[in-house]
Amino acid sequence: MAEVARGHYFVPEAAKWPIVGSIALTLIMGGFAAYLNGSALGSKFSIVGFILLVVMLFGWFGTVIRESESGTYQPWEDMSFRLGMSWFIFSEVMFFAVFFGALYYARVLSVPWLLGEGTGIETHLQLWNTYSEIWPTNGPGDLGESDFHMGWWPLPFLNTIILLSSGVTVTWAHHAIKVNHRAQIIIGLFLTVALGFLFVYLQGVEYIEAFHAGMTLSSGIYGSTFFMLTGFHGMHVTLGAIMLTVMLFRAIRGHFTPERHFAFEAAAWYWHFVDVVWLGLFIFVYIL
Amino acid sequence: MNAYATHADDHHDHHGPAPGLMRWVTTTNHKDIGTLYLWFAFIMFFIGGFMALIIRTELFQPGLQIVDPHFFNQMTTLHALVMIFGVIMPAFVGLANWMLPMMVGAPDMALPRMNNWSFWILPFGFAMMLSTLFMEGGAPAAGWTLYPPLSLQTGDALPFIIFSIHLLGISSIMGAINIIATIMNLRAPGMTFMKMPLFVWTWFITAYLLIAVMPVLAGAVTMLLTDKFFGTSFFDAAGGGDPVMFQHIFWFFGHPEVYILILPSFGLVSEIIPTFSRKRLFGYSSMVYATASIAFLSFIVWAHHMFTVGMPLIGELFFMFSTMLIAVPTGVKVFNWVSTMWRGSLTFETPMLFALGFVVMFTIGGFSGLMLAMTPIDFQYHDTYFVVAHFHYVLVPGAVFGIIGGVYYWLPKWTGNRYNEGLGKWHFWLSTIFVNILFFPMHFLGLAGMPRRIPDYAVQFTDFNQIATIGAFGFGFSQILFLILVVKCIRGGEKATDRVWEGARGLEWTLSSPPPYHTFSVQPVIK
Repeated sequence: MAEVARGHYFVPEAAKWPIVGSIALTLIMGGFAAYLNGSALGSKFSIVGFILLVVMLFGWFGTVIRESESGTYQPWEDMSFRLGMSWFIFSEVMFFAVFFGALYYARVLSVPWLLGEGTGIETHLQLWNTYSEIWPTNGPGDLGESDFHMGWWPLPFLNTIILLSSGVTVTWAHHAIKVNHRAQIIIGLFLTVALGFLFVYLQGVEYIEAFHAGMTLSSGIYGSTFFMLTGFHGMHVTLGAIMLTVMLFRAIRGHFTPERHFAFEAAAWYWHFVDVVWLGLFIFVYIL
Repeated sequence: MNAYATHADDHHDHHGPAPGLMRWVTTTNHKDIGTLYLWFAFIMFFIGGFMALIIRTELFQPGLQIVDPHFFNQMTTLHALVMIFGVIMPAFVGLANWMLPMMVGAPDMALPRMNNWSFWILPFGFAMMLSTLFMEGGAPAAGWTLYPPLSLQTGDALPFIIFSIHLLGISSIMGAINIIATIMNLRAPGMTFMKMPLFVWTWFITAYLLIAVMPVLAGAVTMLLTDKFFGTSFFDAAGGGDPVMFQHIFWFFGHPEVYILILPSFGLVSEIIPTFSRKRLFGYSSMVYATASIAFLSFIVWAHHMFTVGMPLIGELFFMFSTMLIAVPTGVKVFNWVSTMWRGSLTFETPMLFALGFVVMFTIGGFSGLMLAMTPIDFQYHDTYFVVAHFHYVLVPGAVFGIIGGVYYWLPKWTGNRYNEGLGKWHFWLSTIFVNILFFPMHFLGLAGMPRRIPDYAVQFTDFNQIATIGAFGFGFSQILFLILVVKCIRGGEKATDRVWEGARGLEWTLSSPPPYHTFSVQPVIK
């Protein structure tokens, strides 16, 4: 990119954390798989793996933070981190795209076909001739106990306001970093994290309401798409809020300068990403 | 590109690798990690090949001989998963690790620790996948495409195969991110995009495909998991879902995936042919645009894998025509390879032989692909051995020949020793003859109506099946020659020069053979 020769690119020496991460992931996933097959030991393996993963994340990111604070990274290394984070977020976008795709497919194609549209008329008449629900639906087999419809009012709407506001507060914190206003950084980050966890809490309240009305993952395609989309989104909000919490603690310890604060920006990008996914959810899962 | 840029690598500020086994476990060096990837792929190649030989042995005669049908299906499923995720993809990433930094004048990969993790997830993922062979109900047997509802009848293996696919996906995504960051951020000053070697270009585009579609596969298998264990009904019509939806999602991943398996080989062949033609690559920029076009088209052709599933007519037409469009950029590439050789000063060392074999036999696979692209004709070919012949032609004498050619091309650079050219030629000719004995008869079997994924067949198919099995054993055992050759080359041999090949161009040839542990710590400047 640059037209002049640059300085020395930082290539770290031996890294011990990746292999720990591999073992951790294998324990988590292998343990979970064994658990699903009914093994009593499975969940224990998963828990050990999860603890190991947390240790690995602390160790790995701790190393990177120490290197960053000691000035190891120049703009050249910084750019690699930026590219890495951007394309990681793109991969996450594609992951959500699958579940949105499943939702559209069900609403636009598979459910209408079951209702007899297009070439599905014989299927409808012969197999499911009493089926008439358009959306939401728990399918012609009337799976689960309910076809409870999650309205956009009031909780989801409130949650939309909360997430959008947290987008504002994180931007406020970013501006504060740029002018090195420490108090505003901390307040802005604190508000963002608080709003993030409030969102997750309210999402939990909504889930409990749904469960009480009998709607679960097993409530046909509506329950499947609803819980998978909002559930994965909720997990990502939690992850983003944890990232921002780390940034909050780092800010309290005096990290980040107006010129160098990529970790904060990465967490903020991630936060905006979950924000945008929520807007998609709000429109396509709740309103339409 | 100025191939003879300053010999910029420094011998003063680098350290050697750590001693012992931990060198390989903790390494952040792109050459070490490339070596790990390549050996891993090579080992998996023999494991996947062993499975193929079990399949071919069973098919030597009609009737059931050595394995029961359920185990036969486990073999076809695992053979595919191992060859795709364990051989071709890791081999490409290994070549990328070794060569991309040296080809663009970078000090290493952009994110070296993550690079280590990308590799070290793989052995764990495959241990999980292969462990399913020993589980209650056996390994997955529903084919590598894992179509529900059949795949949901898998025994204890189901969650393990799903999580192993997740692990492999994480590894691929991290590897792809690293490659993109390296190419975008670590090119030497003056190496503009349109000066990049073709192998770098094809990997750049492949990396985007990986980031775009590996999460799609992850989502698809996650839905399988929740359908089986958490009561969702994505693929269950009784709940308003549709098993065909899985096929759409799977192939939205699957078709870009098959280009992930071929584009880097296009790049390898585009490096090799100019070197041994002693000419510049013909139509460099059209090669770049053709690669990008193929990558774009790969996202809008997926349903040609499912013409017989019962799509609306408009869908059949759209996917037929979009598929046939792919022939245009692919034709541009084949034309350019041939034109590069036109009036070149050709010599036929082993890498060139494999590259030429690639051009001819990949094109055969391309043509059978065009036949399959036509919806009404595909109604006859679907799920027959014609399909098996088609994709094995593009993957074995296509993708794998490209990889083997690339290994021969750079082996003297990596080891500092020339390999045994006579042995290499034997390897090529035996491989080429046997691969055709193996796969060409499958075209006839398919046209005559023999279905794929079947352990038994009607007696009229016996002759061609026996020919194919003979070819399979010949091809499989020929690869042992390759192993011997590589080991011998590592252990010694005639010393290679820095440039290795008389017609070679590019930054990697400005380095010594073998290159020092760290290269281009100070970047060369490309004029």
